[in-house]
Amino acid sequence: MIEFTIWDILRNLLLASRWTIVLSLVSFAGGGVVGLALLFLRISRRKWTRAFAKYYIELFQGTPLLMQLFIAFFGLGLFGIDVPAWLAAGLALILWTAAFLGEIWRGCVEAIAKGQWEASASLGMGRLQQMRYVILPQALRIAVPPTVGFSVQVIKGTALTSIIGFVELSKAGTVVTNATFQPFTVYGLVALIYFVLCWPLSKSSQILERKLNVAHRNH
Amino acid sequence: MSLIEITDVRKSFGPNEVLKGINLDVEPGEVIAIIGRSGSGKSTLLRCINGLETISQGSITVAGAQLIDDEVHLKALRLKVGMIFQQFNLFPHLTVGGNVMLSQMVVRKTPKAEAETMAHKMLERVGLEQKFDAYPDELSGGQQQRVAIARALAMQPIALLCDEITSALDPELVAEVLAVVRELAAEGMTLLMVTHEMKFARDVCSRVVFMHHGRVHEIGPPDEVFANPQTPELKQFLGMH
Repeated sequence: MIEFTIWDILRNLLLASRWTIVLSLVSFAGGGVVGLALLFLRISRRKWTRAFAKYYIELFQGTPLLMQLFIAFFGLGLFGIDVPAWLAAGLALILWTAAFLGEIWRGCVEAIAKGQWEASASLGMGRLQQMRYVILPQALRIAVPPTVGFSVQVIKGTALTSIIGFVELSKAGTVVTNATFQPFTVYGLVALIYFVLCWPLSKSSQILERKLNVAHRNH
Repeated sequence: MSLIEITDVRKSFGPNEVLKGINLDVEPGEVIAIIGRSGSGKSTLLRCINGLETISQGSITVAGAQLIDDEVHLKALRLKVGMIFQQFNLFPHLTVGGNVMLSQMVVRKTPKAEAETMAHKMLERVGLEQKFDAYPDELSGGQQQRVAIARALAMQPIALLCDEITSALDPELVAEVLAVVRELAAEGMTLLMVTHEMKFARDVCSRVVFMHHGRVHEIGPPDEVFANPQTPELKQFLGMH
């Protein structure tokens, strides 16, 4: 039997962590773009676009991410479309992230006092101008801490993609465990790596919250 | 033709009719005080004039621009009437100067240098030129309200709507805002103001409108309305028995 050192294990896990990081970044960036589009639909004056965004968000928030991954991976396969694991993983995570970010940001936009809309409207601004110059700059301040906080959920969410065969940190953990028969050591290290990725984000979210709040009060 | 023509305007919030057929014509340069109890519809009427509330029936025109609920018509209308709010509603993320410049640049597409000159001029007019680089929350309520006036004036409106603009101010700050309004009136600006400042209304306004239950209950020059109210409702409102 081959002996594995801790370094062997850690090295393999770290190599796989790259894919966790890439998938997280892609999901977050893609989810951000789609989420922004959802935000605009959600607060649009047209009824059906509002309804569309609302049902989209409810659907993705109301079903487990794992099911969404299965559907993206196996569902499309039923129609003869061969979806590689990375594509299904990326797609499902982007759509899932968008649903949450869209809703977080809607809350931030709605937290801006109604008077800001009225004042900018009475100065003759159109709706997009109001958003661009008056509402979003203020909403951004409130949005930063929860958005950064949610990025932690995205990173942890990527772990689920191991089930459809995408090799990231969790999947690598399973593979390495099967080779080494040291589940406690391996999964302990896996957890540690997740923690190292997530903790700074949680912490910075807290710091940002304090900082932006102070800035908002005193300039 | 009058500057502002309000014809048979009705407005309902659900089953609750707040404006029950308002007719009011305002001539250029007139200063009109709208008084009445809370809930009488006076703020709603003011907000209808620049389309912050949609009207259920009737028509409103300001210098030929008709109130129609779409972005193009609303913009044309709002370029003619400015509005000042009880809560000031300055943009907190912009400096005082930025507040006065923003809509000029965004809506009128005025070049930055020109907008800045205009902002300096308008802030000087309300006595706050030295606050150009301050942020709104560094100012007193009275100063904020004067910035709001400068911001509205920078768009060069032909009429101003003032919605209880001194009601959120500490008593000692009311005078500085009213002084600015008084000056505007003297310069011939057309003003419609919902106010509780009866003394100011008496001194400055050309006509007083008393609203009651969504109707114009009494209307006339301040001397008549205040000294010789015709209806028991107005008498009661003015505290005369």
